[in-house]
Amino acid sequence: MGVGTFIFVSVIKIVVAVVILLTAVAYTVWLERKVVGHIQNRWGPTRVGPFGLLQPLADGIKFIFKEDLTPPHVYKSLYIAAPMIALTCALTSISVIPVGNWVTVSGISTPLQITDLNIGLLLILGVTSLGVYGVALAGWSSNSKYSLLGGLRASAQMVSYEIALGLSLVGVLILAGSFSLHEIVEAQAGTFWGFIPRWNMFQGQFVAFFIYLMAAYAETNRVPFDLPEAETELVAGYHTEYSAMKFAMFFMAEYANMITVACLATILFLGGWKGLPYGPAWLQDLPVFWFVLKVFCFLFLYIWVRGTLPRFRYDQLMAFGWKFLLPLAIANLVITALVVALKG
Amino acid sequence: MLHLILFLLFGLVCVAGAVNLLVQRHPISSALSLVVVMGALAAEYLLLGAEFVAAVQVIVYAGAVMVLFVFVIMLLNAGEEERTQGSRVAMLIGIPGMLVGSLLVAWVLIQHSGTRSAAVGELPGPPKTLGWLLFHDYLLPFEVTSILVLVAIMGAVVLAARPESAQRTGRES
Amino acid sequence: MVPLSYYLVLGGILFACGVTGFLIKRNIITIFMSIELMLNGVNLSFVAFAAQWHALSGQVFVFFVMVVAAAEAAVGLAIIIAVYRTRETLNVDRVNLLKL
Repeated sequence: MGVGTFIFVSVIKIVVAVVILLTAVAYTVWLERKVVGHIQNRWGPTRVGPFGLLQPLADGIKFIFKEDLTPPHVYKSLYIAAPMIALTCALTSISVIPVGNWVTVSGISTPLQITDLNIGLLLILGVTSLGVYGVALAGWSSNSKYSLLGGLRASAQMVSYEIALGLSLVGVLILAGSFSLHEIVEAQAGTFWGFIPRWNMFQGQFVAFFIYLMAAYAETNRVPFDLPEAETELVAGYHTEYSAMKFAMFFMAEYANMITVACLATILFLGGWKGLPYGPAWLQDLPVFWFVLKVFCFLFLYIWVRGTLPRFRYDQLMAFGWKFLLPLAIANLVITALVVALKG
Repeated sequence: MLHLILFLLFGLVCVAGAVNLLVQRHPISSALSLVVVMGALAAEYLLLGAEFVAAVQVIVYAGAVMVLFVFVIMLLNAGEEERTQGSRVAMLIGIPGMLVGSLLVAWVLIQHSGTRSAAVGELPGPPKTLGWLLFHDYLLPFEVTSILVLVAIMGAVVLAARPESAQRTGRES
Repeated sequence: MVPLSYYLVLGGILFACGVTGFLIKRNIITIFMSIELMLNGVNLSFVAFAAQWHALSGQVFVFFVMVVAAAEAAVGLAIIIAVYRTRETLNVDRVNLLKL
């Protein structure tokens, strides 16, 4: 492939990925409002379009045309930079997510991901760990007590849960032997006894999956770990002082992070784009369908949890992370390493 | 050529961040410029083929250590720094001395390092090889550092914990 | 192709900036950050030498430096919090008494 073709293909992939991601963000919001509405015996959005399907569009227009307030006494440069940092970090990590295997279109063969890095997983971890700056700086620069408390909570929470998150991934890495997300998915091909797919979740990484799920909810500041924006005690936490597009950027960042987390869980624990090992052959080989289906299940689980569980207290959150998840993750890691070593 | 351009670009970002750390009066601005330095350094590591080190640099340094700094700055609500006597003395003697010293070192390095060049991707640092080195050849240092980290964690907890009496009064109030 | 000396000079500049910051800054947190900057300058030269001599052990040393820096940051920031609690200042010139 020549340099020109490479750049052309890359630009197309980036544009498509960003457009799909932003659309997915908008419709995850719609889905959340709808599902939570039904859980709470309400209808959710119904007015704009059939089933409220055009609601995200209306929300977007509303955000654009609202007055963009900058409160007095804020630390202005950081106040403006914070939402940009949050959104940039949230959108960057999608670049190494593979949604399918290699495809060939008119003689050009390319993987269905923007780039396949050797250190793909580490890149995602690094970018998400940078995302905390957006939240922390938003809390600090707003110069308001609620925001500051939210920012403090967010940074402490994200640093704490990152450890459990990272350790839960090591078991998967030991099984796959690579940081490349593409190879991690390839390592999950095949079945046990012909009917259980060899997904990492069924390869003894069920505990790791559980830890990842908990830690990821905390990393994305979602219920039951949404202490940084706990509206009953902190008004809206770190984005109390934000309005219009700046608020929308935080909002989009949160949902984009949710989608990234769901994609990562799919790739690491549920076999990525690999379909179920039975059923008609054309169904097994549908390229993107299985990936989207699994990601959708994760997002639905997110929303379901949000509609069901109450919020933790802050000391409970810290105790849960340090005294329960972390030892569990270490135990899982030791056992996985032992099993792999004994197998040779 | 591209390698040189990238090196100069990220090197410039590095130096600009480092100088900004010195110029800024507010600790949080200094902390953020240090994050920029670390990010640009990660890019330099990538240019040297050390991709795993680059990733760890971002995750550990920029993502954990500097978040801790920002957290403490926010917690203590540190304001702009005040300049006192000590800084003036250091400025008068320190900056010229530092300049002379670093110029000397730079001159010696450029004069004596010969023509050898570090090429891009010449030495890929695959995580596997690094892990092998770390857990075989350097196993003892690795274990020692793990004990060091354990001691550091306990020390940090002991140091930062409130004294017993203050805690009790804090709860009563 | 970038000569090794360029990397070393860049590392040296970062180290020098760190030293300068250590000397002229009065805020104890910023002083601490200057130390991190010095360590980063050193790390760059480690990686550059690793590429130069085709020896990955240079990169392994960077890990050790990072681990020590992380441990140092944890303890140092705890000390800063303890100092702030008793003195209520972050200016090193005002922390000049052995006891209160």
